Amino acid sequence: MLTRNSRWLLIALALTALVIALVPLPATLAQPADRHFRIEASSFEYTPPVIAVNPGDRVTLELVSTDYVHGLYIDGYDLDLTADPGQTARLTFIADKPGAFRFRCSVTCGPLHPFMIGKLNVGVNWLLWRAAGLAVLAATAIAIPRNRATFKDRLRGALSPRPRGPLRVTARTRLESINNCK
Amino acid sequence: MTRFDLTTLPLVKPLLKSRWPQFVIQSIALGGFIFAIFAGLVGTPVGNHNFSIVFVWIAWWALLMLVAVPIFGRGWCSICPIPLPGEWLQRGAALAPQGHGLGLGWRWPNRLRNIWLQNGAFTLVALFSAVVLTQPSVTAIVLAAFLFVALGASLIFERRAFCRYLCPVGGFIGLYSQVAPLEVRVKDTAVCAAHTEKTCYTGNADGYGCPWQVFPGGLVKNTYCGTCVECLRTCPHDNVAINLRPPGADLLRPTGRKLDEAFKAFIMLGSAMAYSAVMLGPWGGIKSAAYSVGSVAWFGYALVFLAFIFGILPGLFLLAVSLGELPASRRPTRKAFISFAYTLVPLGLTAWIAFSLSFVFANISYLWPALSDPLGWGWNLFGTAGVGWTPYLANALPTLQAIVLIGGLIWASATARQIAVELKGGLQQALPVIVFCFAVTLGLLWLLVG
Repeated sequence: MLTRNSRWLLIALALTALVIALVPLPATLAQPADRHFRIEASSFEYTPPVIAVNPGDRVTLELVSTDYVHGLYIDGYDLDLTADPGQTARLTFIADKPGAFRFRCSVTCGPLHPFMIGKLNVGVNWLLWRAAGLAVLAATAIAIPRNRATFKDRLRGALSPRPRGPLRVTARTRLESINNCK
Repeated sequence: MTRFDLTTLPLVKPLLKSRWPQFVIQSIALGGFIFAIFAGLVGTPVGNHNFSIVFVWIAWWALLMLVAVPIFGRGWCSICPIPLPGEWLQRGAALAPQGHGLGLGWRWPNRLRNIWLQNGAFTLVALFSAVVLTQPSVTAIVLAAFLFVALGASLIFERRAFCRYLCPVGGFIGLYSQVAPLEVRVKDTAVCAAHTEKTCYTGNADGYGCPWQVFPGGLVKNTYCGTCVECLRTCPHDNVAINLRPPGADLLRPTGRKLDEAFKAFIMLGSAMAYSAVMLGPWGGIKSAAYSVGSVAWFGYALVFLAFIFGILPGLFLLAVSLGELPASRRPTRKAFISFAYTLVPLGLTAWIAFSLSFVFANISYLWPALSDPLGWGWNLFGTAGVGWTPYLANALPTLQAIVLIGGLIWASATARQIAVELKGGLQQALPVIVFCFAVTLGLLWLLVG
């Protein structure tokens, strides 16, 4: 049973959750710029493994493979490029979607190929911050006291003598004990 | 809590009582399992073009973690092909009971009647997972080992000893089956108590005694019920129900909570976090260390992995439980530690779902070429050999993962709160555990969405 205060608190938390989840956030104030990255691909990693740009940046990726043929596919942007060993592949795009995006090898290159992954960060990863905010709210909502009398009840329970009677054995407890003994 | 008996629906009971539907599905699964071993041994060594890797670690894993466990609990165990050859030999029959089978029928040792061996088996597979998940020949050897150990266990011990005490997969399916919205239970325990023959445990002409060594009349949790529905077949009083129930109902039952299951929860949650970092993170050095089995780097990786799941995670959790006991000036009890560990069941399951979403949808498109060319020999059986790799749902996955993880946090926190009430502790006792779950969720969000 929720108290009136708890109920209002829950409503406030629900409204805050909606705000955190849905309210559009301002874009970054940084001016768009040309960004160049040279990414070395080798079995089974990218160097550097994480690249960060600002929303609106014109990004040029140079993919250089140092051993086998490797690819680079960017989730969310649906862009793909492939580099032969010793050769450089280039790709230019506008980073117009903010967030964190995995890039992964798109050419089968060996056993750990499915796990050859890097990360492109475009501005602030608002999804992560929104999710973290919602997690805080969720944990807070669960922790709201449900019943104003809980403490009093506990105190009264602690002070009053406990009734001691014979252990009640029902068909259920008897049958449960069979599985516990096995 | 309300329950709905699915066997009251038309066709459900006849379909479940008949052995044929289950037998047909199991036989298909066994065929696929043996073919996966064959493909792993003779097919291409390129994992994502080999049936064994694509169908076992991508298709089956997706089916298991995203559908079977969350919805059907141990549903997979009811059609699992691994124990079948041994069970058929043990029974001397593939269908209804007839004649005598082979085997010594020994009772499983009392000291090992727990899931510690399953915890060890899973940890062992997890330590070598970077190789097992990517090398077809190693996958084939592991699958064949499962088959032979299950066969040996059936010939030496009674009933399904392998499934109950050894299977590394069965251990975590059992733990997570507690959250499933389905259960096999008796309708009226008084009927079982009065039924002197206990045919659900001993068997009769209509079916076998419970292969999972569980007495259905005393069943209160899904953990060790393999949902094989033998009890539905053998009960002469029509007293067995397949219930639809509120998800997670078993988590709030205080009976039957044990330290081995608590550690299974730590192992699974820790593994999900470790896999999210190793497999899906951008750190190539860790991937190489996990893959180079036997090297110094691998030993370092193994040490950190073991320390994390057996030391750091349980240690931090114990600290949280201890903090919860501070206001009441109590020392943390073994009971409180074990009881609160069950809050990690929904948290761990959602962590695995979030991990699997990313892994499965990025790689499931390998299924189509593997279907047409399962051995990587250049076949094109169904015209799909040329279908290229495409990650599915790449735009939506991070949001979906965040929703799943937050859902897990809510579920785990609510469970912690209810367990605290059950332990007569209240919110103060649950709060540090909720904070622990929150910190784990933040870590997973950072690893998977960040």
